[in-house]
Amino acid sequence: MDIRVFLLLLLVLVSSVEHGFSLYEDQVGLMDWHQRYIGKVKHAVFHTQKTGRKRVVVSTEENVVASLDLRHAEIFWRHVLGTNDAVDAVDIALGKYVITLSSEGSILRAWNLPDGQMVWESFLQGSNPSKSLLSVPGSIVQINLKVDKDNVILVFSKGFLHAVSSIDGDVLWDKDFSAESIEVQQIIQPPESYVIYAVGFVGSSQFDVYQINAKSGELLKHKSAAFPDGFYGEVLLVSSDMLVSLDATRSNLVTISFRKEEISFSKTHISYLVGESLGIPVILPSKLSGILAVKFNTLLVFIRVKSEGKLEVVDKIANAAAVSDALSFSEGQQAFALVEHVDGKILLTVKLSHDWNSDFLKESIAMDHQWGLVQKVFINTYIRTDRSHGFRVLIVMEDHSLLLLQQGEIVWSREEGLASIIDVTTSELPVEKKGVSVAKVEQNLFEWLKGHVLKLKGTLMLASPEDIAVIQDMRLKSSEKSKMTRDHNGFRKLLIVLTRAGKLYALHTGDGRVIWSLLLPSLRKSGSCKHPTGLSVYQWQVPHHHAMDENPSVLVAGRCGPHWDAPGVLSFVDTYTGKELNALGLTHSVAQVIPLPFTDSTEQHLHLLIDSDQCAHLYPRTSEAIGIFQREFSNIYWYSVEADNGIIKGHALRSNCIGVVDEYCFNSSDLWSIVFPSESEKIIATATRKLNEVVHTQAKVIADQDVMFKYISKNLLFVATIAPKASGEFGKPTPEESWLVVYLIDTVTGRILHRMTHHGSQGPVHAVLSENWVVYHYFNLRAHRYEMSVIEIYDLSRAENKDVWKLLVGKHNLTSPISLYSRPEVMTKSQSYFFTQSVKALAVTSTAKGITSKQLLIGTIGDQVLALDKRYLDPRRSVNPTQAEKEEGIIPLSDSLPIIPQSYVTHALKVEGLRGIVTLPTKLESTTLVFAHGVDLFLTRIAPSRTYDSLTEDFSYALLLLTIVALIAAIFVTWVLSEKKELQEKWR
Amino acid sequence: MRSQPVILVLLVHLCIPFLSSSLAISPGEGYTVNGRVKIPSLGAQGLVRPGKLSNIKVVLNGGQRFTLLRPDGYFSFHNVPAGTHLIEVDAIGYFFSPVRVDVSARNPGKVQATLTENRRGLSELVLEPLREEQYYEIREPFSIMSVVKSPMGLMMGFMLVVMFLMPKLMENMDPEEMRRAQEEMRSQGVPSLASLLPGGAARS
Repeated sequence: MDIRVFLLLLLVLVSSVEHGFSLYEDQVGLMDWHQRYIGKVKHAVFHTQKTGRKRVVVSTEENVVASLDLRHAEIFWRHVLGTNDAVDAVDIALGKYVITLSSEGSILRAWNLPDGQMVWESFLQGSNPSKSLLSVPGSIVQINLKVDKDNVILVFSKGFLHAVSSIDGDVLWDKDFSAESIEVQQIIQPPESYVIYAVGFVGSSQFDVYQINAKSGELLKHKSAAFPDGFYGEVLLVSSDMLVSLDATRSNLVTISFRKEEISFSKTHISYLVGESLGIPVILPSKLSGILAVKFNTLLVFIRVKSEGKLEVVDKIANAAAVSDALSFSEGQQAFALVEHVDGKILLTVKLSHDWNSDFLKESIAMDHQWGLVQKVFINTYIRTDRSHGFRVLIVMEDHSLLLLQQGEIVWSREEGLASIIDVTTSELPVEKKGVSVAKVEQNLFEWLKGHVLKLKGTLMLASPEDIAVIQDMRLKSSEKSKMTRDHNGFRKLLIVLTRAGKLYALHTGDGRVIWSLLLPSLRKSGSCKHPTGLSVYQWQVPHHHAMDENPSVLVAGRCGPHWDAPGVLSFVDTYTGKELNALGLTHSVAQVIPLPFTDSTEQHLHLLIDSDQCAHLYPRTSEAIGIFQREFSNIYWYSVEADNGIIKGHALRSNCIGVVDEYCFNSSDLWSIVFPSESEKIIATATRKLNEVVHTQAKVIADQDVMFKYISKNLLFVATIAPKASGEFGKPTPEESWLVVYLIDTVTGRILHRMTHHGSQGPVHAVLSENWVVYHYFNLRAHRYEMSVIEIYDLSRAENKDVWKLLVGKHNLTSPISLYSRPEVMTKSQSYFFTQSVKALAVTSTAKGITSKQLLIGTIGDQVLALDKRYLDPRRSVNPTQAEKEEGIIPLSDSLPIIPQSYVTHALKVEGLRGIVTLPTKLESTTLVFAHGVDLFLTRIAPSRTYDSLTEDFSYALLLLTIVALIAAIFVTWVLSEKKELQEKWR
Repeated sequence: MRSQPVILVLLVHLCIPFLSSSLAISPGEGYTVNGRVKIPSLGAQGLVRPGKLSNIKVVLNGGQRFTLLRPDGYFSFHNVPAGTHLIEVDAIGYFFSPVRVDVSARNPGKVQATLTENRRGLSELVLEPLREEQYYEIREPFSIMSVVKSPMGLMMGFMLVVMFLMPKLMENMDPEEMRRAQEEMRSQGVPSLASLLPGGAARS
């Protein structure tokens, strides 16, 4: 208790309004780490022709366009496009520009290949949405063909065919197909020809070919032919004059010859070709020149297209995973890569298109199982020292990671799964085993002293540049940081992250390295689970006290389909070893997972899973858990938000499930419901307190020695609704017809504690709720600026307890139990401020004991994380605070919140594609870990009120030692001097 | 070699007078908003970090759309519906005010842009940073004061005061007074350490 008082005192002393977080430039990387990713690769284009740096340009599912070094996998440059600016195609033009087509074929951009500077951007008008195709005549030969030496990019999107100059992005001509009701499938420009062929379907059974002059866009010829059987799916260009498609029944392959005078079709029955019926055929979109690949479930059949549309099966491969496009190399030869999975290894075969029987290259490569299956292959060629052709392939795995294979080896790999984190939790590291050798200590002591001498030099600015480099190196390398054991301050932990690919990673908080990774078998595609998606991770078993020998474990919840009523899957994973302990395929769905605050004798946390029928299922399924649960049966309440219907419901448990014999299943009943009028309010955001948040004290001492009692309830829910008219885009609604209504609701009783309307405001709303306050960010249409508001809620029923005499006599109600049925009187205070930037995420720091003052962590539109002291969002701020209020630390009111550059926790870095901010308390009360994730990952350690309970990293022990030595020396000197003087006195 | 794009920017800034008409009508339902980001100090600093310009993003309506700058600093948003919009510039190292842009359907070709931070109207959509942002604390050079102010420095200082100033103070005292004080002390008896201890007092 004394310690707490002392700490509080210290807090008051230490806390200053200045930024609690600030760094010197040489401290970068000391407490933080930053990892850059790109996401799952969709397209890859190699650029290796010229000497110099070999690179590959990729576009990914995170809408990233990046250029990677082929040797070391490092990112040369990278651009993260907006969330609704998905990249449709990538190519290289003129040998120096990267061309990307994005936003469903409406934006064409060119990037400078060496440095990623955008060169030009072109907006392509279109009308109806349709598939977009990009075709860049890439080979250098074709530039010479053009009279104006211009390399033309052909883009088909939204019913238009555009020819765009690759030098400046000007649209040279466009041709409108939207009136022709043709669904264009392919744009073909045979080499050394001025004619562009646009082929497609009209309806389902007519095939049309348009011939267009490549220079002017003039329509040369239009041919059309009917195919009564109809087509299914897309067409594939097999050779320069032959297309292949499936007919409507999907039992015949149709070859279409389109360049002759008459369009001719030739139909071949698939079962006649392959011998038996193998299931539903799917034509793979790989361009293999003369060959097409058809997939039947797991069997891949290669079919060669001969002249006159004759088909011939060349090979059947059972375990094929992926096929690349054909790549032409010397003398018009074409090769492609085929990847198979053969007993735990992958078999890479490079075949020549014209000569099937000879394998150009056959390599077997051992793979980590945690990468899963190969999903995509991209092939590239290089010239070996002996002038023969070698091949390297880039493969994309099931867990989204990217690997480069060359000469039967994995040259590098990138764990791109980490670019799409869904949920984060933590796990403690094992406790350090005793037993340290003396020699080690001695050596450490020497090193320690040396280090401190260097540091002292550094602080006294006596260090030479080499010394500074050594100091920096020492700081970064400090093995303390990345040890695999628990530390005293609780800085070292494991971050357990679940990614969209269904892979679980354990990252070390010290340096961000991957300790283990597990591609969850239960979240992989299987017969019973077609579209598995991971939902969330929870701490399942956190051993301490009596269950110390057990390893901690986490619970991963997922479901087997995109809809929320799909059956759920649970997986239990040991966080030390990374092994799956148990997996459950559930019969019910998982709509909500509620971690209960109870543990059983093995420290397993009880979890309640709510399914889509509002039945509750208890886990773990043990009789002990049931026993604990029954005791608390009547105290369990939860709520559900149906945002589409505008209803919030409160639920309680009723009895065991009827009909099914399952003692772990419970019925629920609706206690209350709040229905928002659908014509005037639409739910857009909700926020609750974090379950693990700790509040130190309920009382808040304000100026003039008064006390206010915070209304602290775990069951507080913040709901924001907006006018349905204002829910659309920006700029559409007028201030008069838009409003934002915020509610504070008690989720046990359904009582609305507070309701407030912001007129002329609209979403998006980001909110965070902590202790007794909620902060939310929204857009004010009248001022046309963003605003942040704070609401603080206080409990008035305890206000009488301030009288000391009453306390002494015992007439207080401090010990009376808090019940939500007693309807406590509450008081709210609120204030609003302008905030300059758009916000992507909002979070609040959390510490172990809740003593340290709080900071808001704001993920800005620029993908930075800004720490803002909660004291700026205090409804008691006024323009002229009194002396007493100033002493309390109240900041004079200003209309906008300050953005202090030094308080960006991400300093000069960006967490591209920021999606979430997680704060993790450490054992040291002053400090909290902040983990921001998006396409990039960033972790740092911040102290909102500075590190008042420990010495800072750069504290100079050597200077302290020096002072002590000097003091002792001084004592002796003065002693001797005084002795001498005394002697002299006596002689006098 | 890598500084080339920056030089280009500067040249363009100097040579071409403002290309006016920030708003152009394009066929279709929306309008095109053109603008330019101008960073005056990039000339000096840009030579150090040429990647800076290529990483500047322009954001429409809080993340609805993003675009990047062309080498000459221009950007454009296409197909923007009529109404009031917000444009933000995301550039590491600079603080830009968001800009309110009114795209009017009635008289196309007219743009109204206002900086929301200081409500200053813009005649053209040329965005300039309000200030540069310094993300790091500047390390103060070594000074005697910082050492003196640290706890250890204070300890040292106090020690020095005791060592050198106290005897001086003693010397400056009036000898008569000194003698009187000493006599007083003697009459009371010098309090020895032993007498202060509970056991020692009983013995004496």
